[in-house]
Amino acid sequence: MSSVQIRDVRKSFGNFEVLHGVTIPIEDGQFVVLVGPSGCGKSTLLRMLAGLENITSGTISIGDRVVNNVQPKERDIAMVFQNYALYPHMTVADNMGFSLKLRNASSDEINKRVKRAAEILALSPLLDRYPRQLSGGQRQRVAMGRAIVRDPQVFLFDEPLSNLDAKLRVAMRTEIKELHQRLKTTTVYVTHDQIEAMTMADKIVVMHDGIVEQMGTPLELYDKPDNQFVAGFIGSPAMNFLKGHVRVNGVATFEGPNGVKLPLKTAPAGSDGRPAVYGVRPEHFTIADDGAEAEIIVVEPTGSETQVFAKLGGEQVVAVFRERHQFNPGDKVRLKPEPSLVHLFDDATGKRMNA
Amino acid sequence: MADVAIPRAKPQMTEAGAWAQLKHNRNWLGFWFMVPAMVFLIFFLAYPLGLGIWLSFTDTRIGRVGHFIAFENYEWLWDDSIFWLSVFNTLLYTFVASAFKFGIGLYLALLLNEHMPFKAMLRAMVLIPFIVPTVLSALAFWWIFDSQFSIISWSLKQLGLINQNINFLGDTTWARICVIFANIWRGVPFVAITLLAGLQTVSPSLYEAATLDGATRWQNFRYITYPLLTPIIAVVMTFSVLFTFTDFQLIWAMTRGGPVNATHLMATLSYQRAIIAGQLGEGAAISSAMIPFLLAAIMVSWFGLQRRKWQQGESND
Repeated sequence: MSSVQIRDVRKSFGNFEVLHGVTIPIEDGQFVVLVGPSGCGKSTLLRMLAGLENITSGTISIGDRVVNNVQPKERDIAMVFQNYALYPHMTVADNMGFSLKLRNASSDEINKRVKRAAEILALSPLLDRYPRQLSGGQRQRVAMGRAIVRDPQVFLFDEPLSNLDAKLRVAMRTEIKELHQRLKTTTVYVTHDQIEAMTMADKIVVMHDGIVEQMGTPLELYDKPDNQFVAGFIGSPAMNFLKGHVRVNGVATFEGPNGVKLPLKTAPAGSDGRPAVYGVRPEHFTIADDGAEAEIIVVEPTGSETQVFAKLGGEQVVAVFRERHQFNPGDKVRLKPEPSLVHLFDDATGKRMNA
Repeated sequence: MADVAIPRAKPQMTEAGAWAQLKHNRNWLGFWFMVPAMVFLIFFLAYPLGLGIWLSFTDTRIGRVGHFIAFENYEWLWDDSIFWLSVFNTLLYTFVASAFKFGIGLYLALLLNEHMPFKAMLRAMVLIPFIVPTVLSALAFWWIFDSQFSIISWSLKQLGLINQNINFLGDTTWARICVIFANIWRGVPFVAITLLAGLQTVSPSLYEAATLDGATRWQNFRYITYPLLTPIIAVVMTFSVLFTFTDFQLIWAMTRGGPVNATHLMATLSYQRAIIAGQLGEGAAISSAMIPFLLAAIMVSWFGLQRRKWQQGESND
């Protein structure tokens, strides 16, 4: 186990810079998830951490050691690949023991450690099988077993669940988290799925176009996104954004599209008349008499909650209710955002305006 | 009306059923799709092979219908030292050439699999020896190894390394080396390109995983590349051995089996006896004597292929 420091790391492929100075501190034993849309540089960063890509500038250190010029095998890290990268010609046991074999470990030692890892992952009955004979979830577990056997300083996961079906993905998510709680090895996990990030991470790093947009605990990011990108990326269904202007006329309000009036708890000083984006999460709408009028378009009940798509000031918004309202398409309702939970972003920069 | 129509329709339906069933029987349909291939194989493969084997049991000559003489041709060959020399030559030629073709082919394939400038052009260039018609390349080699005009002898003389021309195709050892060299030159592209295709099916993430597991470049090759390549190696080397064993063109164009039969292969000897000397029966016997060797080569690769359990998906043992 070790801490990992990523300091002002840049990466260019030819003249094309894909990472523009990324700094991420990772504490010993932390589970950090790098999340972002495809092409944001998260996988490249992970591969640089693994030593599979060169670092153009900046430093990466594992423990106290700067590893920029350290060979991958000397870095004492283990990686789980998206396609598992199991050796097809080796049995499960050989796959898991391969790294130990390369270190000239005794066969007793290899057996012992493979067995222990197999027990942790419930792979014991499958040790003699070949990867082809395993299901997707089993292969995934073998890939993790290969990492565990090494007992490395850091685990790296590169979108490990994206090849699994939805149900298995949820199960494996829990399994990986449980494994981390048990082994407490520093883990860096890359995904494009914000739900994976939210559910598993101690710390989420949201990346976009080669920069870090924000990092923090899942709920920090959810409750107080630094900017409009993070606000829209974290949370499902995504946050509603309405463009308009801040009005301070004794009491702060937001004038949304087509003159819709939306409540604000406070307005930042000197923001009167400034163009801004009003952000409200779907579950922060309530039905209230002083709400803004909206017309319901589609109602999607999921049982535990109901998603309602509606037109508010001509813009489509989505609201989520846990109560069972009787809504029909075409109905007019009054939607009121909870003022204390509203987010306000600068229209030009996308930066958060309210505290 | 309806009362009459119903009993009538019933037998009609069963009658049509037999034909309709046949029409929709996939096996019956499948049989007809197979017929063209079958006819082709029977006329151009099974028939000549059968005829060859039959001829080897007769004393047929060109222009004379033969009689069945059982194993007499083979008995003759048993005591024929030239035949045994050709068997030795063929085995030597096949083993040495195949070994080099494998080594050089694998090396080239690994080289061409790396990232390098002009990769596509280099890959195309490797194929050149394969594209040139064998007889043309054999003629080129014939000049290269000519006793008077050989460019090799000339170059070595210019460098002052030798005083006299080397009699490449006139000396038994040199002649063997030369034809084997020409065969290797011609055969390497096939091995290299096929192995390259095999290398490209190996997922790069396996190398990355192995690198993180601590494998050196050599260990990457030894534990990942080579085992994953074995199925293709088995196939390509079987073909290479079969082609080399039955080689004819190159030898015939370069040496015609000489000097003193030192480069006579079974194929060239068979041609010489059957077509040039007209002894069809004896020639056919030499050809037929190749069959056991070829079968053995196929068996080796067949059983080699079958051992690899990791390739077979279904069995859960």
